[in-house]
Amino acid sequence: MSQSSTSKKSGQSSFSKFLYNENTVGYFFIGLFVIGFLVFTVYPLFMSLYYSMTKYDGLSAPQWIGLKNYIRMFTTDVRYQKSLLTTFIYVFTSVPLRLIFALIVAMMFKRGGRVVAAYRTLFYLPSVIGGSVAVAVIWRQLWGNGGIINKAFNALGLIEGDFSFIATSSTALSTVVILAVWQFGSPMLVFLAGLKDIPASYYEAAEVDGANKWQQFWKITLPCLSPVIFFNLINQMISGFMAFTQAYIVTRGGPNDATNLYVVYLFERSFTSRQMGYGSAMAWVLIIIVGIMTAILFNTQHKWVFYESKGGK
Amino acid sequence: MAALNYTQRKKIGRAIFHIVVIFLCFLMTYPLLYMVFSSFKTAQDIFQRPNSLFPQEFTLANFPNGWRGFGGITFTTFFGNSIFVTFFAVVGQIASSAMVAYGFARCNFKGRSIWLAIMIVTMMMPAQILIIPQYIMFNNFGWIDTFLPMIVPGYFGYPFFIFLIYQFMQGIPRDLDEAAFIDGCSKYGIFTKVILPLIKPALITAMIFAIYWKWDDFFSPMIYLSSVKKYTISIALKMFTDPSSVSDWGAAYAMATLSVLPVIIIFFCFQKYLVEGISTTGMKG
Repeated sequence: MSQSSTSKKSGQSSFSKFLYNENTVGYFFIGLFVIGFLVFTVYPLFMSLYYSMTKYDGLSAPQWIGLKNYIRMFTTDVRYQKSLLTTFIYVFTSVPLRLIFALIVAMMFKRGGRVVAAYRTLFYLPSVIGGSVAVAVIWRQLWGNGGIINKAFNALGLIEGDFSFIATSSTALSTVVILAVWQFGSPMLVFLAGLKDIPASYYEAAEVDGANKWQQFWKITLPCLSPVIFFNLINQMISGFMAFTQAYIVTRGGPNDATNLYVVYLFERSFTSRQMGYGSAMAWVLIIIVGIMTAILFNTQHKWVFYESKGGK
Repeated sequence: MAALNYTQRKKIGRAIFHIVVIFLCFLMTYPLLYMVFSSFKTAQDIFQRPNSLFPQEFTLANFPNGWRGFGGITFTTFFGNSIFVTFFAVVGQIASSAMVAYGFARCNFKGRSIWLAIMIVTMMMPAQILIIPQYIMFNNFGWIDTFLPMIVPGYFGYPFFIFLIYQFMQGIPRDLDEAAFIDGCSKYGIFTKVILPLIKPALITAMIFAIYWKWDDFFSPMIYLSSVKKYTISIALKMFTDPSSVSDWGAAYAMATLSVLPVIIIFFCFQKYLVEGISTTGMKG
């Protein structure tokens, strides 16, 4: 078969040789990405590093101040340190809960049937619109003073009288975490696709060998799904660190900075107080944190992520 | 006897499953039901019975009241802006991402693995981190208070979608490419004639994600758009919660309901296709 293709190509001009060259074809297709990467990522990244060492309001020329922004962050800016801690708490609670819910629901609904498909759609619905401002507005109402959650807690006898989960420092973050967990639809969709890819023959073979459902879950489903879990974990972890809209609209970072997530604070510093130099320094610290977290996950993946060998069959 | 017990047990189990799931469905969708039903409540009803799901009497008054918008700019403008931004951004994101994914999945060019690694790292680096330098850059381009910062970057490939489509292409047997190649098809032709039709399910999945991320996007419009007539839906809705604006909650609920409606409709239309796509390709692959 290689003979026929070489004989066909040999008679062609040097232009078409160039046109059909693997390198030309490759860069033709990825060219847009290369340009976009240089213009919208690399250049801003270096500019951001420069701004982070300046005092800059976005209008007048930046003034070089060296590492002062970084030093201020970790020494005198108590609000920053609190924001960092809040963000870690948010990520380490919302991401695992979200993935666990996503996996449970995906397992429940992996088999077809019309009714199950309808359930799946309803469970996915909050995620379609959950990031929207509309939902954040509703959330304020539900968890606010005299809201339905307040009444439910009254009925259960856990709380007496009116109570606002949103206006209380100790509970405000939980409302934002629950709002995030509620939207487990997109990892669920990815899990479902992953579950469908597991060959039924694996389960049939396990059944023949007498493995029960529980054993099948641990020995077949989880290992086969581990690349998908890994993919979801990385994505969710990163988007967890970037959470903004919900905290910004539901609680506005408050009360008393209890939900002042990293990006909310970064936005406040950079665009409300117009401290773009300081904001850039905050962004760089965030890049480093997310980079370290990702590196940790990648370095542990050989211990728990199972890839099927990609044999060319 | 044992078989009967088994089927009985199975039936009861299934009934419990359905009851639990229906209850969970109600819990999951409660905030949405609350939003939809509240948009048909009268102002008095919202104030006096905030926690009842159903309105005492149905009223449609909230919709025209809300649609009136702010300062003479109606929701016709806000919806138009959101549709414009979403349409042009999504078309660019999907088309360019499919091209780039093909380059990575099927071409053996020099530097492929380096660029692939860069793409994956970029995927993990979210846009918010670069918001300040990008803001300065778009400001220099004169793009502030235009839709361009929300649309143009999408035309250079969106790493998450590149990766999604790339993964999907990896599952398509290379025999198909080879067969087409032997038939005299070039790498360009293989992309348009062989790969594109086969990756439809991945494109639709990416499209659904793209549409609702763009439609819901709040961060970029808030930073880049300053005049009210350029506002997208999400920023317009936020104005209802501003302490300075008169809070007509009925109008806010009505507009919130309308704002999620297009996303829900698109989702329902494509969902069938999506699930079918995933299951059929699962069988084929």
